[in-house]
Order: sequence, then structure tokens, then C-alpha cells
Amino acid sequence: MLRAGGRTVPHPDAFVSFDALQFGYGGRPLLRDVTMHVPRGEVVALMGGSGSGKTTLLRLLGGQLRADAGTVRFDGVDVGTLGRDALYAMRRRMGMLFQFGALFTDLSVFDNVAFPLREHTTLPEPMIRDLVLMKLDAVGLRGAASLMPSQVSGGMARRVALARAIALDPPLLMYDEPFAGLDPISLGTIAHLIRALNDALGATSIVVTHDVPETFAIADRVYLLGDGRVFAAGTPSELRASSDPYVVQFLHGSRDGPVQFHRAAPPIAEDLGLPR
Amino acid sequence: MTDGLARLGAWTIARIARIGHGARFFARLLWLSPAALLRPRLVIDQLHFIGNRSLSIIAVSGLFVGFVLGFQGHYILQRYGSAEALGLMVALSLLRELGPVVSALLFAGRAGTSLTAEIGLMKAGEQLSAMEMMAVDPMARVLAPRFVAGVIAMPVLATIFSAVGVLGGWAVGVLLIGVDPGAFWSQMQAGVEVFKDLGNGVLKSIVFGFICTFTALYVGHEAQPTPEGVSRATTTTVVASSLAVLGFDFILTALMFGAD
Repeated sequence: MLRAGGRTVPHPDAFVSFDALQFGYGGRPLLRDVTMHVPRGEVVALMGGSGSGKTTLLRLLGGQLRADAGTVRFDGVDVGTLGRDALYAMRRRMGMLFQFGALFTDLSVFDNVAFPLREHTTLPEPMIRDLVLMKLDAVGLRGAASLMPSQVSGGMARRVALARAIALDPPLLMYDEPFAGLDPISLGTIAHLIRALNDALGATSIVVTHDVPETFAIADRVYLLGDGRVFAAGTPSELRASSDPYVVQFLHGSRDGPVQFHRAAPPIAEDLGLPR
Repeated sequence: MTDGLARLGAWTIARIARIGHGARFFARLLWLSPAALLRPRLVIDQLHFIGNRSLSIIAVSGLFVGFVLGFQGHYILQRYGSAEALGLMVALSLLRELGPVVSALLFAGRAGTSLTAEIGLMKAGEQLSAMEMMAVDPMARVLAPRFVAGVIAMPVLATIFSAVGVLGGWAVGVLLIGVDPGAFWSQMQAGVEVFKDLGNGVLKSIVFGFICTFTALYVGHEAQPTPEGVSRATTTTVVASSLAVLGFDFILTALMFGAD
């Protein structure tokens, strides 16, 4: 289903869908017309250059931002129409991994993972302990339970945050730049976990990232964002086969292509005050 | 001319909007505070962080202020042959003014800045956003317990400041200068009114607790999520809290003691 330069067709089984979405910061448009869907059970990647609005889409889906026009639907519900209580109820069905983990620095690794369980359930402490250790074991960090966030590496912090995100077994997992700044081993580990946890939990995952090889290895579907819209979408193999110049430039990281290296500016001689 | 008027209008609207935003923030903190008391563990942790860790600076400052009051008070009172009223002068100065005001200024510098920096850094590290995305209200879980703890800690710290200050005044007046200890304590006992002096002093410190804790939390919450933004916010907390404390002290003093 590759639709370069056009709209994607809404899917009847979409767990998450964005329809004709428009959003801007302070009157500056960022998303002009975004339409896409995330089918249930899939790992879907949102890719695009920095500032293309990928993270903003996650915030719109989580209800932290409201769209200027268009709709965002989660499991059939229009997120933009929800009041505070309904929004919070919806968020309990979402897990989000922030770019640098966003662990609570005053809580231990164990208490970070236990946090959503203690806040949202009345489970007895022994059961919370067992659940936390199981979640930590799933990300390979049961042995780090007693450490503080300042004592773990960036990759480990990301895995702890992942354990926290899946604490309530949410049906939707969102990842904001999960690979940023990681060494190759940590990067591979996180990528494997995203796929494995999605399949084990029967969840749906949305991954915002720039990292082409790792993402293409785990994603079922990829959306490329640019200029405030989806300009290409499809499976990783469909995108690799694409001849669209933007897709080719993005996937190969080429300097030459539709995306210019230089931001629009007057001639350099003029800025430097040199005679013409 | 028109541009100037437009800018003035935009500035005025922005200031009014900001005041409204701050007022809503304060009202929401007040609304959430009773619920915070239902989770005493959170409040106790913050009482330890805000109160206990401010104790040493409050006690030491109170002691030295008491020392100075002992010296200066004796210097003035002995001119009028009233050196035995030193205890009364030290106690009234501390209970009515210096205890609440100086401990509030120290509180703003010690606990207020750390609260602002903590909340600002939590915002910069996306911890507050993460909490929101976990369907946990950061105002209820993070800010309200700190607010309650600050409001509770402030009068306790101010009382400790005054008590230690009185001991400092006694040490200088009685032990060093040689004022009669019986006169020192009996004048104090006879002249200090529980409700008027002690009560109003405590009331002042409760008001200052609201001011300092609210300012620290609000400024931290609204800080730009950058190192520079957090740095600027901590400075703003000290300046705004101190000025507000001094301004409100004048108003409260006029209301409480103006008719004397």
C-alpha cells in the first residue's frame, strides 16, 4: 500500500487513525493535512526529518495537544472530544516511552516500574513486587531493580522506561525516538524488545524514529512525514523499492535531493558584506 | 502612536492573562491539597525534604539574630534604665516580626529554590509529561504534597527560629552582659500575649508559607525546560517570594498591630 505524494486510505480495522489533521504552534503550521491509520497488532513507524511533527503526532494522540482541525481516533474514539476524566481513562490504555526515558529520578528502578501499578490499582504490595520483577525481567533488568536512575546507562534507562510503559499491559505502545543516542548493542536490544513485546502483549505499537535500518527490520508499516503531510507509506520492502526522490534521499541519507542542505537565506556574499 | 498603544494593550492583556493563570494554578493547588493529606506518606517525605533540611539554617540564623537582638536591645534599653525588659523586647521582636519574616526569607532561599529547580528539571526531563501520559495528574501527585508540606513546615520553622532566637538573646543578655535572669523571663512572660503576639506571628508565617511554596512551585512549573530557564526560575523564586513576603508583612502588620 504505497501512496507516495498522496493520502493513504483509512483502514476499517484502524486502532489509531489520524484524519485530515492540521496542527501548528503559535500560528506556525506544522501538520497541514495528515491522514494515516495504524492497524491493530502492527508495529508502525513514523519517520521523517527533525521538526516534521512526528512527536507532535504522539502528543496529539495522547491528548496532550489538541488538533486545530481534523480528528485523531484511538480505538474508535475521537481523542479531541474527550474531557479530562475520559482522557485519563484513555491514557491508562496507552504506554509511552519518552526519548530519554523520563524516569522519575527520585525513585528507584523498581519504584519507577511500580509507579503506574501503585497509582492505578489496589493490588497488594507482594503482587506488585512480582509484577514489577516480571516486567523488569522482560527487558532484562531484573538485576537492576534496586538501582537509582542515575546509576544506569542511557540504554538501560530506556529499557526501564519500557518496563514502566508496559506495566499495565496497555493495548497501545508509543515510542518517541527510542533509538536516539544509543550504542549499537543497546539499539539492537531496544529494537528487538519493541517487536517482541508488541507480539507477546498483543499490542499495537507506534514508533517515532529516524533510524532506518533498525526500524525497517521490525516495522510492519512505515509512514514518511514531510512538509506537514504523509508523503509516502507502505511496508519496509515497498519503501525500499520506491523511486520517489524524497523516499530515496531519506532512506539513503543523501545530501542531494528534494530536501536542501541549506535553509533558504540571502546570498552569503551579501551576509558577509563582500562586494558583488 | 497607534503601535505604542497596541503594544501597551497587548502587554496589559498578557499580564492579566498571566495573573489569571497564576490564580487558577493557586486555586487548583488549594483544591487538590485535602486529597494530598489522604496520602500522608507523600506529604511526610516532602516535610522531611522541605522542613528538616531547612532546620539547620533556620536554627543557626535564629541563634545569631537572637545574639544581635541581645546586644542591640540592651544598648538601647539601658539608656532608659530598662535593661530588665530585654527579654520582652527580644521575644516581641522575634514573635511578631523577625521570626516569621526572616525564616520566610530563608525558606525561600533554601527550600523554595530547591522546589523550583526540582519541578523545573522534572519538566525539562519530561517527567511531568510522562506522568500525564500515565494518567497521573502531576498537580495532584507532585505539586500538591509539596504545597501542603511547605504550608505546614513554614510556621513550625518560624516558631523554632523564634524559640532559638530567644535563647540567643538570653545567652547574650543574661550570660554575657549580666541582665537579671528573673527579670528577663518574668518581663517576657508578663508582656507577651499568646493570641495577639504568638498567634499573629504564627498566622503571618502560615501566610508566608502559602506565598513561598506557591511561588516556588508555580515558577518551577512555568520554567522554560532548559538549563538557562531553570536557572532563571530559581532566581525568580527568591526575588518574587522575598518581595511578596516583605509586602505582605507590611500589610499584615498594619492589620494586626496598626491599632496599637
